[in-house]
Amino acid sequence: MQNQAIQVKGLQKSYKDLHVLKGVDFVVGRGSIFALLGTNGAGKTTIVKILTTLLKQDGGNAAVNGFDVASRPDSVRQSISLTGQFAAVDEILTGRENLIMIARLRHLTHPRQVADNLLSRFGLTDAADRRVSTYSGGMRRRLDIAMSLVGTPQLIFLDEPTSGLDPEARLEVWKTVKELAQNGTTVFLTTQYLDEAEQLADRIAILHEGTIIANGTLAELKKMFPPARVEYVEKQPTLEEIFLAIIGKKETK
Amino acid sequence: MDTARTHFISDVGVMLGRSMRHILRSMDTIITVTIMPIAFMLLFVYVFGGAIQTGTDNYVNYLLPGILLIAIASGIAYTAYRLFIDMQRGIFERFHSMPIAHSAPLWGHVLTSLVSNAISAVVIILVALLMGFRSSAGVLSWLAVAGILALFTLALTWIAVIAGLSAKTVDGAGAFSYPLIFLPFISSAFVPTESMPPVVRAFAENQPVTSIVEAIRSLLAGQPVGNDIWVALAWCLGILIVAYLFAMRIYNRKAA
Ligand SMILES: Nc1ncnc2c1ncn2[C@@H]1O[C@H](COP(=O)(O)OP(=O)(O)OP(=O)(O)O)[C@@H](O)[C@H]1O
Ligand SMILES: [Mg+2]
Repeated sequence: MQNQAIQVKGLQKSYKDLHVLKGVDFVVGRGSIFALLGTNGAGKTTIVKILTTLLKQDGGNAAVNGFDVASRPDSVRQSISLTGQFAAVDEILTGRENLIMIARLRHLTHPRQVADNLLSRFGLTDAADRRVSTYSGGMRRRLDIAMSLVGTPQLIFLDEPTSGLDPEARLEVWKTVKELAQNGTTVFLTTQYLDEAEQLADRIAILHEGTIIANGTLAELKKMFPPARVEYVEKQPTLEEIFLAIIGKKETK
Repeated sequence: MDTARTHFISDVGVMLGRSMRHILRSMDTIITVTIMPIAFMLLFVYVFGGAIQTGTDNYVNYLLPGILLIAIASGIAYTAYRLFIDMQRGIFERFHSMPIAHSAPLWGHVLTSLVSNAISAVVIILVALLMGFRSSAGVLSWLAVAGILALFTLALTWIAVIAGLSAKTVDGAGAFSYPLIFLPFISSAFVPTESMPPVVRAFAENQPVTSIVEAIRSLLAGQPVGNDIWVALAWCLGILIVAYLFAMRIYNRKAA
């Protein structure tokens, strides 16, 4: 129980008549990287918003670090950090000012020091005193993630951290995520890219039509794919194929 | 929970610092909020002033209260705009997922509005002094003027918050302020209401701006303020409370 960073049970959410989450269940272990995989509109952001106390669920329970998100939102906020789907940076401030602002809001004793460290860690030192409106997409995303690391929260939510990035910037973000996990931070990330989940995650859950249709390690997910194929060379199924196979099965039922 | 309460003031201070930087870095905000009312003042004093009969020997003295109200009415449009942008972009979501008071980002905007309008009021008064504005008001009267202006700013700011939170487009966020900027023109701010046709005059004499203008004018002239100050305060407080309650309801609904 205490080893779970996130516990979600029977989570439901509708927007008017649109029933987006129809009973979502999963747990995320402390210190792991968990990837929530789903197509456009699957409800990934909705789950992230509920877990980060931005949105109230209609039914079911969700606990973050042992605190119920609906009844103890203040306690939940103490230990989490959110990097939303769309960069939540202040365009008019400089990169450094953005980081100092967050450090002040987290009541750290040396905001400047914290900002300097993160700027150099994310390769933004040269651009530190430029307004964020002049940053490239990749730089902006890096700053966005850096802002989420201020105060070293135990659990970080990254909602599609690499969407809209070029391959190089994507690799940089991947590297950052891996480093986070090495330092013991729990990472909850959503993605539409199967290779991203494959690359990063300890566990992968696939969200489709309102429920989790598959949940396991990469090896476990690969086992779910029927291997009965006669081929000259043995070919490992990619996650993409597993995904399509599972969705296909569901839809023919 | 406790940190959110104990750090409320410092958190709002951080928010204030943030939006003050926004203001100082955008020239058009500064121009609209101070230079436009100053241009109005120049225009009215040096172009129209000669033709306007106010019964006072110093038209700048007569004009200044109305100019200050126009400056505030145009200044709060930017509060609505900045709030709208924050709601659109993800920054409010970041703030709301952090352990700070839920209302701190909003109070940051309100305080910014108060501070920035106070700065532009001071600039406008300094320019007015150069143009011949003179006041025999004592410290207490000046404090009363500052108090009325602050209440007026807060009342309009909460209206701006409603607009900023409920607007669908950037233009919509600022559009509500046009009638507010226009109100001083149909009041005793520029010409005495006696010169207006009956219907317009009835409107002018019973809308909030006239009582506010008259109260400030009397205070600055060191004359007895009479009933105007109570009517002015009642308007400002009334609008303030209603707008605040509305705005908070929308804020708590929109930003869950
Ligand atoms: N505030 C809202 N009001 C109405 N419908 C909404 C709202 N937010 C999301 N939706 C709808 O709910 C569904 C799930 O949205 P959500 O943003 O959670 O999906 P997502 O998996 O994050 O998608 P994407 O990959 O495009 O970011 C979508 O159909 C979306 O249109
Ligand atoms: Mg999304």
